Amino acid sequence: MNDTDSLLTRYAIRLGDDAMVHGQRLCEWSSNAPTLEEDLALANVALDYLGRARMLYSLAGNLCGQSEDELAFTRDTRAFQNLLILELPRGDFAFTLVRQFLLDEFEHLFFDALTASANEMLAAIAGKTRKEVAYHRRRSQEWLRRFGLGTAESARRAQAALDTLWGYVDEMFAVDDLEATLIAEGIAADRAVLRATWQAAVTHAIEAAALTVPDTTWRIEGGRQGLHTEHLGHLLSEMQFMQRAYPGLSW
Amino acid sequence: MNAIVTLPLVHAERAALVRRRRDSACAELWNALDAVKDPEIPVLSLYDLGVLRDIRRAADGVTVVLSPTYSGCPAMETMEADVRRQLLAAGVRQVVIERALSPPWTTDWMDARARLALKDYGIAPPDTVCCPQCGSHDASVVSDFGSTACKALYRCNACLEPFDHFKPL
Ligand SMILES: [Zn+2]
Repeated sequence: MNDTDSLLTRYAIRLGDDAMVHGQRLCEWSSNAPTLEEDLALANVALDYLGRARMLYSLAGNLCGQSEDELAFTRDTRAFQNLLILELPRGDFAFTLVRQFLLDEFEHLFFDALTASANEMLAAIAGKTRKEVAYHRRRSQEWLRRFGLGTAESARRAQAALDTLWGYVDEMFAVDDLEATLIAEGIAADRAVLRATWQAAVTHAIEAAALTVPDTTWRIEGGRQGLHTEHLGHLLSEMQFMQRAYPGLSW
Repeated sequence: MNAIVTLPLVHAERAALVRRRRDSACAELWNALDAVKDPEIPVLSLYDLGVLRDIRRAADGVTVVLSPTYSGCPAMETMEADVRRQLLAAGVRQVVIERALSPPWTTDWMDARARLALKDYGIAPPDTVCCPQCGSHDASVVSDFGSTACKALYRCNACLEPFDHFKPL
């Protein structure tokens, strides 16, 4: 494997980890959502993430000789490279949808940029993903409005979610050495340059929902280095249980 | 003054697919795969949907190119298994299935006949939200996500019946 392939493998794995971990969090709502319609919606969105994780793990696996299942189910916490914001427990319904909103606004810009990737497969996955994100985004924007302009209780919960999540958003825009090298080669999308557009869109939507953009100053990062919160281990222990208990199991 | 816009009746990719089938050296295989339907919408074949993109003869069998609808669509596995079974039954020795992600599948690849079949089956086609029972355009969304990834749930305000809408993608 040459240097570019090795970097590309790691890049596809971290993007796959983002989708896998977030999809798993959404799956936890199955049969627990406040209404049947939301149960369907959350499960369907989770499926999109699961499909995305599979495409990215396949891309990585073809380069590094591992299967999708090995990548998803046999790596431990330190090997996972997902963003910390995605591993936080699902919280209440407002927390889940506010996180989805912050993520959708980011992914809408990110996957659009990634369609220009010099790697054909990555560009194709981004082209597919971009369309699904557009649909997710429409729904999470709508929920943000409903929370903010709904009852005092829904607004309080949405604001609490924003306040909790805000310290984690910077990591979405952090470019490390791996990504800097791949950006220079035209393979990765530059997430740092998306920050201003994201900030403007998110600020506009939060204010239109009569909520407040948090002024928290603490920041936390580490997912890309495998330094996680205490929550990821618990998530993986449930997600990986079958493969851990019965290695090599298949349907 | 409004400009007059002429929309093509058939999407360029759909037209290319129709030409590929017409000029194909393995017409009998295309015909055989007409029997493979979407497992959730049994009135549409994979060709009608635009999911079946190409069939090529390879050294020791046949390569079939499929475009997934939604990335996580669980029906894809069933579709692949059905294609494989159908071609093996037609005497093909080995079937290789290729998933093509680019260009991404879109509901625009369904032609007018497929849209009509959807409507007759009770699912509003992607173009407009129109009640398949009574034809009214007065409908409210019940859920952006319906029984499968590709559908949303509506209720008709004229006849009060619920119906699925095939989401434009
Ligand atoms: Zn009606």
